[in-house]
Amino acid sequence: MSVDSAEDIKKHVKVYIMVFVALMVLTVVTVGVAYLTLTVPVAITVALIIATIKSSLVANYFMHLAAEKSAIYWTLLVTAACFLVLMFVPLFAVLDSIGR
Amino acid sequence: MDNVTTAGHAHAEHEHELGFWQKYFFSQDHKVIGIQYTVTALVFLLFGFFLMMIMRWQLAYPGQPIPVIGGLMGDANAPGGIMLPEFYNQLGAMHGTIMVFLGVVPLAVGGFGNFVVPLQIGAPDMAFPKLNMASYWVFLVGGLVMFASFFAPGGAANSGWTSYVPLSVIATQGQTWWLIGMTFLITSSLLGAINFIVTMVQLRAPGLTWMRLPFFVWTQLVTAFLLLLAFPPLEAAAFLQLMDRVAGTSFFLPSGLVVSGQALEVSGGGSALLWQHLFWFLAHPEVYVLILPAMGIVAEVIANNTRKPLWGYRPMVYSLVFLGFMSFIVWAHHMFLTGMGTMISAFFQTTTMIISIPSIIILSALFISLYGASIRFTTPMLFALAFLPMFGIGGLTGLPLGLAVSDIHLHDTLYVIGHFHYVVAPGTIFALFAGIYYWFPKATGRKMNDVLGRIHFWGSLVCMNGVFMPMMIQGLAGMNRRMYDGGIGYQHVQDVLHWNSFMSFSAWGLGLFQIFFIINFFMSIRRGEKTNNNPWEATTLEWETPSPPPHGNFLSPPEVHRGPYEYSVPGAATDFTPQGQRS
Amino acid sequence: MEIPYTVNTRADTGVNNVKLGIWLFLASEVMLFGGLFSSYVLLRVGAEPGTWPLGAEILSIPLATFNTVVLITSSVTMVMAWASLKLGDLGKYRLYMGSTVGLALVFLVVKMFEYADKFSHHLYPSESTFLGIYFLITGLHGLHIVGGIIVNSYFLVPGIKMWHTAPERFTNRIEAAGLYWHFVDLVWIFLFPVLYLL
Repeated sequence: MSVDSAEDIKKHVKVYIMVFVALMVLTVVTVGVAYLTLTVPVAITVALIIATIKSSLVANYFMHLAAEKSAIYWTLLVTAACFLVLMFVPLFAVLDSIGR
Repeated sequence: MDNVTTAGHAHAEHEHELGFWQKYFFSQDHKVIGIQYTVTALVFLLFGFFLMMIMRWQLAYPGQPIPVIGGLMGDANAPGGIMLPEFYNQLGAMHGTIMVFLGVVPLAVGGFGNFVVPLQIGAPDMAFPKLNMASYWVFLVGGLVMFASFFAPGGAANSGWTSYVPLSVIATQGQTWWLIGMTFLITSSLLGAINFIVTMVQLRAPGLTWMRLPFFVWTQLVTAFLLLLAFPPLEAAAFLQLMDRVAGTSFFLPSGLVVSGQALEVSGGGSALLWQHLFWFLAHPEVYVLILPAMGIVAEVIANNTRKPLWGYRPMVYSLVFLGFMSFIVWAHHMFLTGMGTMISAFFQTTTMIISIPSIIILSALFISLYGASIRFTTPMLFALAFLPMFGIGGLTGLPLGLAVSDIHLHDTLYVIGHFHYVVAPGTIFALFAGIYYWFPKATGRKMNDVLGRIHFWGSLVCMNGVFMPMMIQGLAGMNRRMYDGGIGYQHVQDVLHWNSFMSFSAWGLGLFQIFFIINFFMSIRRGEKTNNNPWEATTLEWETPSPPPHGNFLSPPEVHRGPYEYSVPGAATDFTPQGQRS
Repeated sequence: MEIPYTVNTRADTGVNNVKLGIWLFLASEVMLFGGLFSSYVLLRVGAEPGTWPLGAEILSIPLATFNTVVLITSSVTMVMAWASLKLGDLGKYRLYMGSTVGLALVFLVVKMFEYADKFSHHLYPSESTFLGIYFLITGLHGLHIVGGIIVNSYFLVPGIKMWHTAPERFTNRIEAAGLYWHFVDLVWIFLFPVLYLL
């Protein structure tokens, strides 16, 4: 972490509070959206988008990722790529199978 | 061993305060931990080898009582000394598991990685010494659980090292032990991978930029990333299988499964292919974990014994990193026969063909490094040189397996076994032997005996080819793998059956030649020819410290001023210029 | 030679050892939960039409929503605990870290009510693949919460001594513990809609 003065920390605290409020609002939205009758693919997409926004807020502000160095960024980018491969490629393999 | 300087003094004092147990058993010193991993791994390698030697009796003489030790197997496994199919399956599954997870990886990464990497980057130790110690002990527990599984009711795991479902879900208790053992081993690898990456990123000596790293360090870095990101899905899969076996879930059990005429009383709805995807997502990067450190060792030994820089260092590094990325998207070439459609099969076939390119670049660069060289045929160099064509055969025989159409004929045949053994046995294990002969003087201050080393080498080389080349012939004829009777029941393989006894004798011969190595190893610890810091006249940093290095490694903090392979520099006084030498 | 960069930042990488180490650990955890999420996807896609229940039919959305609020709040108190140390206020640190542990315990208690409720209706993991994956993922997540409670409690009581001997190193450790804790919250942010709402 770079040297943070008391002023900087106090600014961070303000940000933390704002992020907290945003997360609460988004939680309400998450639950509210579930009560709308959406088709399954749309419901999944919306839920994942909201979850991604919430997790970005936690990652960037609580975990200070927005201010982090490239060593961390690159590690996470590679991890994200592997995660997406793990999520989607087996799915495609199952969808593109003989007899489907 | 003079280590009383300002830098080493504090550590020397600290070391004298440590009792016997803290110094030799519960040590946090990477060198001690590296030796612990090495010795433990070699013991497991030997045990895994024994399992195979027993299997090869059954394959050569199916239904014949095993001589001498047949009575020791117990009536549950081999009544009257005649091996039961169930026992053969245990031997097969555990041979694979032990060799891969308890032998090769702990030796290549835990042993060589731990001992050499901090020295080669000029660091006093690994970044997290306590974590390092924990990694070893977790590995040992996992290994002991695996070993103990032989004594479970019904014996050890017997569903292949791949533990395919649903067979493994309904298998005997040993499979549960296998899953628990794997959890420990995976945890140990993950903790180790974190330690390795932080060490290599953060603790490089001043002046040691990325492109001045010894190639061995690069291979360990990429290997650590493979372990970090590929192992966790297998851990998840192990939990799923454990729950299927113990908690009655059906993650891997499809609806309507019938076992021995009885419908299984489970909820069903599971997917057998899910296991294969999760398993191979790890297991393909795992095979690169098996080969990359070996390539690193071969690179070091070749550079040293050709007295010239490696040819193509930069392309080798880029190829290595590219290979690391690609290894995550080729796994389903192990699943071409599971009913995947043409599109997804074509995808995996393409990525598999592409991944052969970086391997070829690295192998070619090592070959080209020999051109115009003053080759010293030391014992490590013999093993390193043999690695090149042996890995070449292994790699080339992989191509028809990676192409979906030819794989239809070759999948699950002896051809596959021949292919991967060529890569791992006269490939990786030869490289590991090279590494042992090469770094033994650094760890002990004594050289291993050359005569014994050469006998070990030539005998192993001939016998290895005697075991694995005929497998290609049998595989092409269509002989299936994992058959306890060696194929005598199949019409189409009758012509190639005779190779079984030839292969078995080669395997037993291979075992005999390892005795030369074992004797050499232990004898040289006490009686080997004493050496100085740098008996091989090498350039990398580990040779600029005493043999064996003191606690804290370097007498004064090293600084790096040049690349890793500055051999035969024009105008220099000697034919090697150490990395850390000023001016 | 002491091991460098245990507290100080290395100039060319911009991080110290602990921070890099904890992020690498979190990367492996992403892949661990990724394996389980991937399993969920494959099992759901492969299920016979009509056999996969909607989360709402079996699970309690109000309880899980409450737990989501609890966990997010504990993330805020965790980062406030770290900020208090940066400002040199040990009293505030104790308050915030204590709250984090307390909220984590509340989460677990609610979870135990949920599980007990399922078991009392004979809804065991073996009943269906949905329940199986539900119990496994939330169970593994719960184990991670327990781990976090243990680590945070250690830093609240016995480990707090390091503040007096090596304050910067202690603060870095709290930052690392905080990164782990936020990750646990992150996993729940995805778990909640996927299991309960879809």
